[in-house]
Amino acid sequence: MASASVLSPAGVTAANVAVAAPMGDIMPPVKARSGFWGFLYRNPTIAVGGTIVLLMVLMAIFAPLLTYADPTALAPARRTREPSAQYWFGTDMLGRDVYSRVIYGARVSLIVGFSVAICASVIGLTIGLVSGFVRWADSIVMRVMDGMMSIPPILLAIALMALTRGSVGNVILAITIAEVPRVSRLVRGVVLSLREQPYVDAAVAAGTRTPVIIWRHILPNTIAPMTVQATFICAAAMITESILSFIGAGTPPIIPSWGNIMAEGRALWQVKPYIVFFPAIFLSITVLAVNMLGDGLRDTLDPRMAKRI
Amino acid sequence: MFAYIVRRVLATIPVMAVVALFVFSLLYIAPGDPAAVIAGDQATPEDVERIRASLGLDRPYLVRFGAWVFDILRGDLGVSIFTNLPVSLMIKQRLEPTLSLMVVTLILAVSIAVPMGVIAAARVGTFIDKLVMAFAVLGFSVPVFVVGYLLAYIFALELEWLPVQGYTPFANGFFPWIENLILPAIALGSVYIALIARITRASMLEVLQQDYIRTARAKGAGQRSILFLHALKNAAVPIVTVIGIGIALLIGGAVVTESVFAIPGLGRLTVDAILRRDYPVIQGVVLLFSFTYVLVNLFIDILYTLFDPRIRY
Repeated sequence: MASASVLSPAGVTAANVAVAAPMGDIMPPVKARSGFWGFLYRNPTIAVGGTIVLLMVLMAIFAPLLTYADPTALAPARRTREPSAQYWFGTDMLGRDVYSRVIYGARVSLIVGFSVAICASVIGLTIGLVSGFVRWADSIVMRVMDGMMSIPPILLAIALMALTRGSVGNVILAITIAEVPRVSRLVRGVVLSLREQPYVDAAVAAGTRTPVIIWRHILPNTIAPMTVQATFICAAAMITESILSFIGAGTPPIIPSWGNIMAEGRALWQVKPYIVFFPAIFLSITVLAVNMLGDGLRDTLDPRMAKRI
Repeated sequence: MFAYIVRRVLATIPVMAVVALFVFSLLYIAPGDPAAVIAGDQATPEDVERIRASLGLDRPYLVRFGAWVFDILRGDLGVSIFTNLPVSLMIKQRLEPTLSLMVVTLILAVSIAVPMGVIAAARVGTFIDKLVMAFAVLGFSVPVFVVGYLLAYIFALELEWLPVQGYTPFANGFFPWIENLILPAIALGSVYIALIARITRASMLEVLQQDYIRTARAKGAGQRSILFLHALKNAAVPIVTVIGIGIALLIGGAVVTESVFAIPGLGRLTVDAILRRDYPVIQGVVLLFSFTYVLVNLFIDILYTLFDPRIRY
């Protein structure tokens, strides 16, 4: 017991001192859950948000299996029926089954949300990187972005949609254009602060070429804030899509989307509020889940940003 | 400071120029033939040509842009394809309801959100704080029109406390005017309140850790005066900034709110113009809103220099 005698006060021998039991006996072992499930356990917002998003994605994919009626089948004879065992969410003005339309409507919202998040991130990342590294381009690009940012995004998307035919692709394009300036600004800010880091100086001093610096040292560090931003863009894009469809500037009426269903229920909403409320509930829950996912990711991936907001 | 203000005012000119150039160029960069899209599916080739000429698409880009900028500087926003009325006149007729809605929303949102954020920061980590933060996430997630319909359903249809929809001009008296605006303002303000409350909380949390707050506590200042006098004043800059930036949310939301509550403002004008593909009207409204947004933020930036002597440029 050499180590014990070194730590013990003089005169105290190992014999008359109760040797502390190994730590494991007095302290219950900390249940450090590791791996994927442990991560979810420690981050309940990610777990809850992610689960709901996953359920919505599954619902969108398996829409034909989950519904009992064709979402576009017209049946004027049974229009505006109240919700019942036969028509779970009732029927709309044209006799279409609202439940089926809401389930299928998830497809448009999710496709638009995810596509805009990916497109806006990739384009914004490219513009932000160029702007952060190419000095002469920076002032021009940022003036253009400032100008675009001065146009409220929904109005910009509306103006774009007024000039094109309503289709899911054009909706994605319009919302992406409206979202790009904010992403570019974010990436540029990250790039400019990363450029001041000692390890980038070291890479420059070592003679690393600029493309390699961008690829190896800058890009990996933009991934975390970009992922968080992409989640929030996804949520914003889903809301914008529903607004565009709601005011008649979005997805064509033939494709059921949550915004469309609400637009069609608008005229009747005082007498048949359910046509508006069912898609509204699904939209709100989905956006809430995506936002929760974003908040959770921000807290784990980007603790500095989490402290600020 | 005067030099800063002059520089700041001058800096908005290129921004507004980019806005104008961008809004103008949309006609040219839009995929497909905008004249054909605007004319609709039943249009004859003559209709398409007529619209092309009225949009000026038959003339060279730069010539057209020069003439357009010159017209705007004179206050001429072009002529509506559908009604043949000047766009500036159509906007003028619809200005009051939108302006009323915005101002009421702004006052309502700020007077709810700032105290909410302050209280959340003062009671950080408690139930009240969590409630405010939960509300903030909810406010970001529930779209404006959903809040609008929900409020209208509960307070107008079920309880019959307030009118379901419509608008009464201010000239008809304050109470009829405000009565019609309360529900739309709450609906429109929900995102805005969430945003401001969140920033207020974050900014206050930072300030409350400062030494002078401890000094104020030590000298026996009351909690209320510490929060609202010492701390809030110093936390004001990010809050006021976000109030300015958030106006973009109000503008976008107004388009939808006016549809839900049948308010005959600029938002309704935009929606009607979309349905008729009346591009000159949309262009005029987008331009007006964007310039307003730029000017409001310019005003806020200048306000800082007047109220916060720490800001030096």
